[in-house]
Amino acid sequence: MGFRSACGGSKFVLSLLFEFDFRFLCKNFPGMTPTKNYMYKSWWKILSVVLLIYTVVAGLLIKVPDLPALEETVRNLFFHVCMWFGMMILFTVSVINSIRYLRTFNLRYDIYARHYATVGIVMGLLGYATGTVWMSYTWADPNNPATASFGTIAREPKLIGAAIALLIYFAYLVLRDSINDMDKKARISAVYNIFAYAMLFPSIWIVPRILPSLHPGGSEGNPAMNFKDMDSNMRLVFYPAVIGWTLLGVWITTLKIRLSLLKEKQMVQ
Amino acid sequence: MSSVRHILTLFRKELLLEVRQQYSFYGILLYIGATIYVLFMTMDEPEAEVWNGLFWIIQLFICINAVAKSFLQESKGRMLYFYSIVSPGNFVLSKLLFNSALMLIMSLLSLVLFMLFLGNPIQRALPFTGLVLLGGWSLSLIFTFLAAIAARAQQNAAIMAVLGFPLIIPQLLLLSQLANATFNPALPFHASTIALLVALDVMVIILAVILFPFLWKD
Repeated sequence: MGFRSACGGSKFVLSLLFEFDFRFLCKNFPGMTPTKNYMYKSWWKILSVVLLIYTVVAGLLIKVPDLPALEETVRNLFFHVCMWFGMMILFTVSVINSIRYLRTFNLRYDIYARHYATVGIVMGLLGYATGTVWMSYTWADPNNPATASFGTIAREPKLIGAAIALLIYFAYLVLRDSINDMDKKARISAVYNIFAYAMLFPSIWIVPRILPSLHPGGSEGNPAMNFKDMDSNMRLVFYPAVIGWTLLGVWITTLKIRLSLLKEKQMVQ
Repeated sequence: MSSVRHILTLFRKELLLEVRQQYSFYGILLYIGATIYVLFMTMDEPEAEVWNGLFWIIQLFICINAVAKSFLQESKGRMLYFYSIVSPGNFVLSKLLFNSALMLIMSLLSLVLFMLFLGNPIQRALPFTGLVLLGGWSLSLIFTFLAAIAARAQQNAAIMAVLGFPLIIPQLLLLSQLANATFNPALPFHASTIALLVALDVMVIILAVILFPFLWKD
């Protein structure tokens, strides 16, 4: 245990974050040892923290290309774009868990799907927040009142795609809460999750390419993915940043999952 | 072959029900008439773009009203009976077929009423009619499946709207963009967009057949 060998404050904090929790859970879930389940491992949590520290430090310090209109705001790429990547990855994991639920009818996967969707929504909202900051320095016309700019900017295909994604998952949560029976709730919401996700893809990947757009990556490909958008320096920060933010999202989700697994367990007893 | 026969039999049963319980059919007709008449009262002849936007929104609401009842009307006992005699795929296909046919009629009717009451900005009539049929079909497919979900959740049409509106946005965007091209001959008419819409419809059908079995067993 971290308590006995505690020689420094940092180790104690780490032990509180990782070891304490998982030992406690090991006793409660004898069938599920921490070596088998990624949720209770700590290496990827440490990796996430390290990558995020690297993202913030390097993201603010490295030399970025000096582009007209963008200038230094391009550093927001390490935060804004990563939120959308994280959101899509978490939604994808949510759908995979819904499929697993329909194959096994194990309620555990339903809990997974639900929490991945919730944290995906949070990341999407953060993506909007970081996008708003970025946009107010680049797109918004200072001569117009804010409300006049909003109307034109909200028609951005990328914003529409993101809004569709968020609305779908809000609807998913509403649908879940409207059903009382637990098995029925899990089954119906899993069906909606899969159906909605399959319809979401055309909207996110195809529709933006048809409508005109100010946003990078409108008609020529995905933003930040093709090689002419970013120089190699930024790439060195961007990819670790995506991994770091996604892992942070997964970490938050696993905490929520563990909490609701404990709650379920209490209900059964 | 037998599954085709099953689907046709179920389709005939839906048709028979519709003919016997005429109130629901007339209800939708009245809904279309009343909505368009209210629009006519509240505004003069709108510009082409406004006309287009209104038209597709009205289509959306007509579709929700026409399709919502398709699963809600089935009682628990009747569902159990169907469960024991047909496969879920055939059942949902017959529903999709019937609702498509219903929505095609309703779309054409609302198109005629729109042209009568709100003016006719359409320059290319035939492509626009085709587009209306394609749009009605797309709407009916998505909302049929959502009606099945909403019926299982024992909810009213409100939850169907909540579930369906985000899903239908891309199709409505594509449809209204294509429709704008029929108002102005100078704009190009993209065949690839039509192919995309058809592909989406086919995907909805496939998803419905795959996912419906999970919905209806208890």
